[in-house]
Amino acid sequence: MNVFEWSFLAGVLTATAPVLLAALGGLLCQVAGVFNIALEGQLLWGAFVAVVVSDLTGSAWTGVAGAVAATVLFSALLSGPSVALRADPIVVAVGLNLLALGLTAFLMRQIFGSGGTYSSPDLAGLPDLGELGVDVPVLREQSPLVPVALLLVAVMAFWLTRTRSGLRLRAVGQHLDAAQAVGLRVSGYRHGATLVAGALCGLAGAQLSLGNVTLFGEGMSAGRGWIAVVAVMLSGVRPGRLLLACLLFGVAEAFGFRLQGAGLPQQAADAAPYVITLAALVLAAVWRRKATREHA
Amino acid sequence: MYAAELVGVTKRFGPVLANDGIDLAVARGEVHAVVGENGAGKSTLMSILYGLHRPDAGEVRRDGTRIALRSPADAIRHGLGMVHQRFRLFPGLTVAENIVIGAEPVRRGRLDRAAANEAVAALSERYGLRADPSALVGGLPVGVRQRVEILRALYRHAEVLILDEPTAVLTPGETDRLFEVLRTVAATGVSILLVTHKLAEVLAVGDRVTVLRQGRVTGRFATSETDADELVNAMIGRSLAPSAPRRARPPEGDPLLEVRDLTVRDADGVARLSGVSFAVRPGEIVGLAGVAGSGQRELVDSVTGLRGAVPGVFLAGTPVRAGRDPRVAYVPEDRHGRGTAPDMSVAENVLMGAQRDLASRWSLPRAAVRARARDLVDRFSISAASVDVPIGTLSGGNAQKAVLARELTRPSQVVVAEEPTQGVDVGVRERVHDLLRTARDEGAAILLQSSELTELRDLADRILVLYEGRVVAEFPGDAPETDIGRAMTGATG
Ligand SMILES: Nc1ncnc2c1ncn2[C@@H]1O[C@H](COP(=O)(O)OP(=O)(O)OP(=O)(O)O)[C@@H](O)[C@H]1O
Ligand SMILES: [Mg+2]
Repeated sequence: MNVFEWSFLAGVLTATAPVLLAALGGLLCQVAGVFNIALEGQLLWGAFVAVVVSDLTGSAWTGVAGAVAATVLFSALLSGPSVALRADPIVVAVGLNLLALGLTAFLMRQIFGSGGTYSSPDLAGLPDLGELGVDVPVLREQSPLVPVALLLVAVMAFWLTRTRSGLRLRAVGQHLDAAQAVGLRVSGYRHGATLVAGALCGLAGAQLSLGNVTLFGEGMSAGRGWIAVVAVMLSGVRPGRLLLACLLFGVAEAFGFRLQGAGLPQQAADAAPYVITLAALVLAAVWRRKATREHA
Repeated sequence: MYAAELVGVTKRFGPVLANDGIDLAVARGEVHAVVGENGAGKSTLMSILYGLHRPDAGEVRRDGTRIALRSPADAIRHGLGMVHQRFRLFPGLTVAENIVIGAEPVRRGRLDRAAANEAVAALSERYGLRADPSALVGGLPVGVRQRVEILRALYRHAEVLILDEPTAVLTPGETDRLFEVLRTVAATGVSILLVTHKLAEVLAVGDRVTVLRQGRVTGRFATSETDADELVNAMIGRSLAPSAPRRARPPEGDPLLEVRDLTVRDADGVARLSGVSFAVRPGEIVGLAGVAGSGQRELVDSVTGLRGAVPGVFLAGTPVRAGRDPRVAYVPEDRHGRGTAPDMSVAENVLMGAQRDLASRWSLPRAAVRARARDLVDRFSISAASVDVPIGTLSGGNAQKAVLARELTRPSQVVVAEEPTQGVDVGVRERVHDLLRTARDEGAAILLQSSELTELRDLADRILVLYEGRVVAEFPGDAPETDIGRAMTGATG
C-alpha cells in the first residue's frame, strides 16, 4: 500500500474523531432516555474553551482538561432543567445551541480582541502520536485523542451490556416508571449520562480545535454535532453501528478534501461530506427497516 | 402482629379525596382481597404501601413497627413487592435482566449473566412460574409478562406481595394458574394483597376481604362468612338488579354486518384469519370467543375498516371503507390508546368525531360543545370533576363510560365492542350491559368480543368461537360454558 492511501485513511480518522466523541455522548444520553440535540453547541463550546485555556497556559493538555470541565458545566444547563425540572430537552437544547454560538463569538472578541478566526504561535496544539514514539503509519500524525475515541467505542459497548450500571442506565431509558418501581435512582442516572456526554463533547471540541487544527474559528463545529445526532438516531443505540456511521462521515469529509484538491469549488467540497453522509445514513436506515420487515 | 398495616391513611389529589382514613391490616401468609368501585381508591392505597405516593396523613407499619416509605426503593428494602396494574417492565431487556435489576449478581465487577439466569430458573421452578430467562420481554404475551413481575418481587424476597388487578388481562385458564401460584406463595408465609373487580375470584382465593367505597372502608369480611351479594352491597350501596331476560323475538331483516370468506395475512404472509364468514342482523348481538391471539384483533380491525378496505366485509350490503368506517361504532379494548386521547378533556373526547355537527361555518362554539358534553356526561352517569379535566385522570370505569357515550350516540347501526367491561367495577359493568342491550333493542347489529364467557352468555344471541384464525364452532347464547371453553382450545366434537 502506498503513502497516498495511508494518508487518505489517516485523513478519515482525523475527520471521524470529533464527530465520534460527540456521538458517543449522544448515544449515552439516548440510552438514558434523554434526547440530546445540544451536541453541536457543546462541541463548539468545548473547542473554544480548549483554545482559550491552551493559549493562556501554553499547555494543550490543560486546554483539554479545561474544555472537558467547561463543557460538563455547560451540559448541566441541559441536565438541570430537563431532568430535574422536567422541561422539554429539545427546547432547552435548541437554546443551548444558540447560546454556544453567540457566547463563543462574544467571548472571542472580549478575550482575543477580534472575531473570525484566532490562531497564534502561543497556542499549543495536541502532540502527534509520532512525536510520542508511536510508529504506526495511520496513527503517526494523529493526536492521542483519536485512539482514545476508538477505544471508547469498545468501552461503551462493554459497559452498556456487561456491567450493572450499564444495565441500569438502559433500564432507565426504556421505562422511567418501571425503573423507579424497581428502586433505581432514576434522575441520578439521567443527570450522570448528560454530564458524561458533556465531558465527551468537551473532548470532541478539544480534538477539533487542538488536534485536527490548532485554531479557533467562529462556528467551527460546522454541523458536526448534528451529524453526531443523526448518527445516534440511526445507530439503534449500538456503539458498533455508531462507529460505522461516524466513519462514513470521516470518509466523506476526507473525500471532500480530495475533491477540492482536484479543483471542485470550495463550497461544493465543503457541503459534500454532509450531503453524502446524510444520504448514506438515511439509505442505510431505510434498507435496515426493509430488512427487518422481511425477517420479522 | 400483622405483616403489614396501613393506619389512618388519607390521600388527596387536589379536590379528590382518594383515601380517607383507611385502616387495613394483612397477616402473615394471608391472601387479602381489596375490592371497590372504579375510583374507590384501591390503586392509590396500594401505591402508598409501595412508596409510590406519600400519604397526607396516617402511617405504614411492617411487623408492627412504623416504617418511612419515601420511594419504592424503601418499600423493597422493607420486603414489599408490587405487580402493577399497568406492567412496569423493560421491553428491551431479557426476562432475567428484568427480574434481577436493582439487585443484580456481580462477579469481578461484571454483571454475572449466568448466575442471574440460574437464579431466575430456580425461582420459576420453585413456584411453577414458567418463563425463559433469556427471552426479550418485549415479545412476550401478557400472561408471561405478569409472571415476570411476580418473579421480580419474589427475587427481591418480598414478604408482602401486592397485586393490582392481576386478572384483568388474563384468560380464565391463566387466572386459575395464577391463583394456584398465589396459594403456593402464601403457603411459604408471604402475605398477599389482591386488588380485583371479580367477586368470584375474591371468594375463591381470598382469606379475608376489605371493601372500599369513595375512599373509605365500608366492609371487612372473612370470605368464608360472606357472599357476592353482601360484597356488592358494601361496594355500591345497593344490590344488583337481576340480569335482564334475553329477548324472545328473533332478530330479523337483512344483515347490517356481513363477513364473507375473510382471509387476513400478516406482514410475513402468515394467515391470521382464514375463510371467516358470518352475519349480524339488526337487533342481534353476536359474541366472539377465543383464547387471546386467535384472530380477534384482526377480525375487529377488518370490520371497523382499520385494516383498510379488506375484501369480504360488508356494512349494510356495501363494502367497508378504509380507515375507521364512520358507519361503525367502535368500543376498543385499549381505553387509553385507541379509546381516548388521555391528555385531552372529557368534552373533547366524548364529542370527538361529532364536532362537525356542532360547528358553525368558521368556528366551534365552545358553549355548545360543553353543553352537549355535559348532557352526555349526565346521561351516561360519568363521574368527572368537570368536562374540562383531561380524560386520563378519570378512573378506568368512568373512562370506559365516556367511550361508550361517544360511540353509542353515533348514528351508526353497527357496534363493535372489544372487552367492554375489562377492569370496570360491577356497577359499571351492569350499566355497560344495559347500554348494549338498549342499543340492540333499538335495532343495532352488535359484535361483542370478550374473554369472559359469563359476559358473552349474558348478552349474546349467538357465540362464535375463533381458534387459530378460523370460526371453529357456533353456539346459541345459552350454551354451557364448558362446551364453549372446550371449543376455544381447538378440541372438536
Ligand atoms: N395521580 C392522580 N392525580 C389526580 N387524581 C388521581 C390520581 N390518581 C388517582 N386519582 C383519583 O383518585 C381517585 C382514586 O383513584 P384510584 O386509581 O385509587 O381508584 P381505583 O380504586 O384503583 O379505581 P380502578 O378500579 O378504576 O382502578 C379517583 O377519583 C382518581 O381519579
Ligand atoms: Mg386501580
